Amino acid sequence: MNLRKYLKVYNKFLHTSLASELEYKTNILVDLITAILSLIGSIFLLSIFFQNNGYIGGWKFEQALIIQGIYTILNGITNTWFNPNLTEIVKHIREGTLDFVLLKPIDSQFFISLKKINPSGFLEIMLGLFLLFFCIRINQINLNISFLTLSLVTISCSICILYSLWFFISTTTIWFVKTWNAIEVLRSFLYIGRFPLNSFSFSLRIFFSVFIPIAFITTIPSEVFLGLSQMWKILLEVIVATVFLITSRKFWLFALKYYSSASS
Amino acid sequence: MISNLINRKIITLLKVQYSNMLEYRVEIALWAISGIIPFFMLNIWTNNNLNESINISDVMLSRYFLCAFFVRQFSVVWVVFSFEEDSLMGKVSPYLIQPLNPFFRYFAQHIAEQITRFPFALIIAFFFFIFNPESIWIPNLGILLLSIVSTFFSFLIQFLIQSIIACLCFWTEKASSIERLLFIPTLFLSGLLAPVVSFPAYVKSWIYLTPFPYLIDFPANLLSGNETNISGGLSMQILWIFLLLPLFKKIWSEGTKKYTAMGS
Repeated sequence: MNLRKYLKVYNKFLHTSLASELEYKTNILVDLITAILSLIGSIFLLSIFFQNNGYIGGWKFEQALIIQGIYTILNGITNTWFNPNLTEIVKHIREGTLDFVLLKPIDSQFFISLKKINPSGFLEIMLGLFLLFFCIRINQINLNISFLTLSLVTISCSICILYSLWFFISTTTIWFVKTWNAIEVLRSFLYIGRFPLNSFSFSLRIFFSVFIPIAFITTIPSEVFLGLSQMWKILLEVIVATVFLITSRKFWLFALKYYSSASS
Repeated sequence: MISNLINRKIITLLKVQYSNMLEYRVEIALWAISGIIPFFMLNIWTNNNLNESINISDVMLSRYFLCAFFVRQFSVVWVVFSFEEDSLMGKVSPYLIQPLNPFFRYFAQHIAEQITRFPFALIIAFFFFIFNPESIWIPNLGILLLSIVSTFFSFLIQFLIQSIIACLCFWTEKASSIERLLFIPTLFLSGLLAPVVSFPAYVKSWIYLTPFPYLIDFPANLLSGNETNISGGLSMQILWIFLLLPLFKKIWSEGTKKYTAMGS
């Protein structure tokens, strides 16, 4: 793998897709307003949960806001990178243009996962970061090196898991052609990531940590923020993320063997 | 004579769309699954005893969320996305020549999809009752009929709102981002995630004047047997339909005047 070549290619991707997205300026503006309203809505919903009990699942409101912040950042990343690219796979396969991707002298997974970018997700990432900084203040978290590295590690692991989940479902397009609704199912499950895992019943907790590791994605990084997280949980998240990444890669290569282009 | 003709047209459209939808049964099943968010919400509510604050028993709350799931299943609308695709692909032009407003076609599509989805929704409800056997109840016939009517009204309101947005395609090409913007209040204020009774007073003071509580909260309360103002709710639904219908007609006629086929 030639890293410099890939960086250069990615730079080009960024330029072209930004240029094409910026053509729809009002569209971006509407998306920005949507992101703000969506965050307000989530906080409103959360405040309803905390109306009389001070706690849900052992989390205080200020602490649950951290989860909301991390969720918003991850959702922003999903909207910026995963959603525009991985929904494109469906189009590639339906129209047979995956052939062109495979013929390029560049890794097909790299091309397919990073070709496009949707700039309106940036604001969501910013909003999430802003909320996180606010949470750091109201929860009186003191920033130190170990905290910063641990939170960076866990959040990057969350991104990897999230990416793998999306990529996994998109890859099944090679067999099923239309996976739009499967992605909707994933989205609705991911919605759970807005709430602390402990606020669910035991059986759902098991489901969301074993079968679909949504729990890992937001809860563990938030626990790191609060300094509550045990080392084994962080290690587990790293392992899960690695397994997911490797499997998604293997699965892609495996799926490509079954790919026959649309016209052949 | 004329009504006979319209009837025949509608029946034919429905038949065509129903057989079309049957082809995608798996997809529709997935779509039904993606609507289970209310059950996750129910889990948070009961697991944290949040219902004590709003004086609703666990059983009534679980019925409420089950009904919210059902109402949502039969009032989901996606006209904007269909229309946007058709308009970008240039498919709208042939529709416009036909002596039938193309929105009837989309309308039939939605109804056919609901019929296809019905068995899947029943299966999900069946599983719900296995896990929550104490919440089984049989609504009386009158209530059942009224709630079917009000669910249909809810569908109609959403269909009209989305059709109005879809007509904006004549001006902006990308109307789906406006739809996403409007989806946010629908998600948080309709009662899908939390019953409207639980909202703080400063929201309750104005929310009943907006169409949102009548989309899910009102029909779900009606069907589940929770306390609700039946005549008030129904008349508000009818009022909104009569407000939106002329608006849609107006914007449609303006839009078609403005319309230039893609590529011309």
